[in-house]
Amino acid sequence: MFRNMYDTDVTVWSPEGRLLQVEYAMESVKQGSACIALRSDTHSVIGALKRSVSELSSHQQKILEIDDHLGIGIAGLTADARTLAKWMRNECLNHKYVYGTALPSGRLVNDLADRHQRTTQTYVRRPYGVGLLVASFDKNGPHVYQTCPSGNVYECYASAIGARSQSGRTYLEKHYESFPGCDRDELIMHALKALVGCVSGDGELTSENGSVAVVGKNEKFTLIEGEALQPYLDRLELESGNNGGENVEEEQGGDAMET
Amino acid sequence: MSLSLQAGGSATRALPSAAGTTHTTSPITTGTSVLAVKYRSGVLLAADTLVSYGSMAKFKNARRLLPINSRTLIGGSGEYSDLQSVSDLLKRNALEDKCTADSLYEEENNEECAKEVWSYLRAVMYNRRSKMNPLWNDIVVAGFKQNDDGTTSDEPFLGVVDKIGTAYEDDVLATGFGGYIALPLMREKYRPDMEEGEARALLEDCLRILFYRDCRALNRVQIAKVTREGKVLVSEPYELDTFWDFKGFVDTKAGLGTDGGW
Repeated sequence: MFRNMYDTDVTVWSPEGRLLQVEYAMESVKQGSACIALRSDTHSVIGALKRSVSELSSHQQKILEIDDHLGIGIAGLTADARTLAKWMRNECLNHKYVYGTALPSGRLVNDLADRHQRTTQTYVRRPYGVGLLVASFDKNGPHVYQTCPSGNVYECYASAIGARSQSGRTYLEKHYESFPGCDRDELIMHALKALVGCVSGDGELTSENGSVAVVGKNEKFTLIEGEALQPYLDRLELESGNNGGENVEEEQGGDAMET
Repeated sequence: MSLSLQAGGSATRALPSAAGTTHTTSPITTGTSVLAVKYRSGVLLAADTLVSYGSMAKFKNARRLLPINSRTLIGGSGEYSDLQSVSDLLKRNALEDKCTADSLYEEENNEECAKEVWSYLRAVMYNRRSKMNPLWNDIVVAGFKQNDDGTTSDEPFLGVVDKIGTAYEDDVLATGFGGYIALPLMREKYRPDMEEGEARALLEDCLRILFYRDCRALNRVQIAKVTREGKVLVSEPYELDTFWDFKGFVDTKAGLGTDGGW
């Protein structure tokens, strides 16, 4: 089980200059189901695949609302994410009480990174085992941030985390240049297309396991799930059907041939 | 930005003890009224430069109109040392805002708008009064509102916070004795489309009247403005002309059946 003798404590360096416990925590993010986020000039969108433990249980919530202008998508330990979400909600409320305005997301995310960092330097604690995608719309416009258990924070045009997120990331990397001009629904469609690639082999993206949230200019943070998600899934099917294939990569191939 | 309201003045840690430290709960050196009015292209503030020690005119060149950041101006009456403490606090926050990048790859404006400064002051003042150790000031905050996208709005902002954290906005404001003497005059003359010259004349008239009638006022004054172009300007102190030859000022009431006073 042990990779080596330097991984039993968060604060102990390995001779190669690595903090193995922190790296293990980074791995736990990859165990969580996929989560993607992207933004245009006017909106930020999060998409996530929800898991259920069994046929008889409900799907685990993957996207959490923090405030009217901000929400998170999570991959990793859900319990850790809930702790962080609670803290983030509290920060937003405090800022609203004191300043009368929404908390700028960059500030919140930097403070969040500090919280992550503190655990990597403290003997008595463990790193949070969760990665967050933060989507927001604040006074500086739409933002997407990605946080890691290691305390790193990245601001991105688009990003994907979690299990099988690589294909989602590939999709986003391929199309991110077209995102800025997208309207709300186009951005949601991009999110779903990126998400389709992250579904495990035998499964498919449904209104049950799919989850999308959008926030943007003149729109408060809105969760789109279940029935509300169905129209978008229908459109997804229609669009991929038109291009003669369900697979996202094939669909893009079809586009390329047409033009 | 620090959310710590405890930082509201260095006297925080010296809470009035059970035994009853009371010297921080009443003012010692005080400034009198601050006047403010919105006009066509911004907000205009006015105050005199006197700080009194009780009834003694102690400091005659004290500035009570203070720029906080490039778009926000405050004017304070009441305990002058508390005003300095508040100003230090706000400037510290402004500096921190300036040094804190909200975004990792964009040039952005992190400055607080006037409304945020005003709201923050409200929280600080209320926090301090709840500890029975208030900052003894009424503070006027002037600037511009902010659009949702962070750009400065065309709409001027004018608000006041008092020593117990009561906060409200208005087109015309006056603190201290000016609330009794100048405010009714200003309300009478106020129009939203006043030119700067008009608004300035109105404020100077009010300051002059306050100098005549408020025993803690001075004719050495400052005017300050925040304009739509995002400029904050505070004038150097200058002296108002006064006229003391009114009959009522010159003639005693002797012979009118009174005791010979004015």
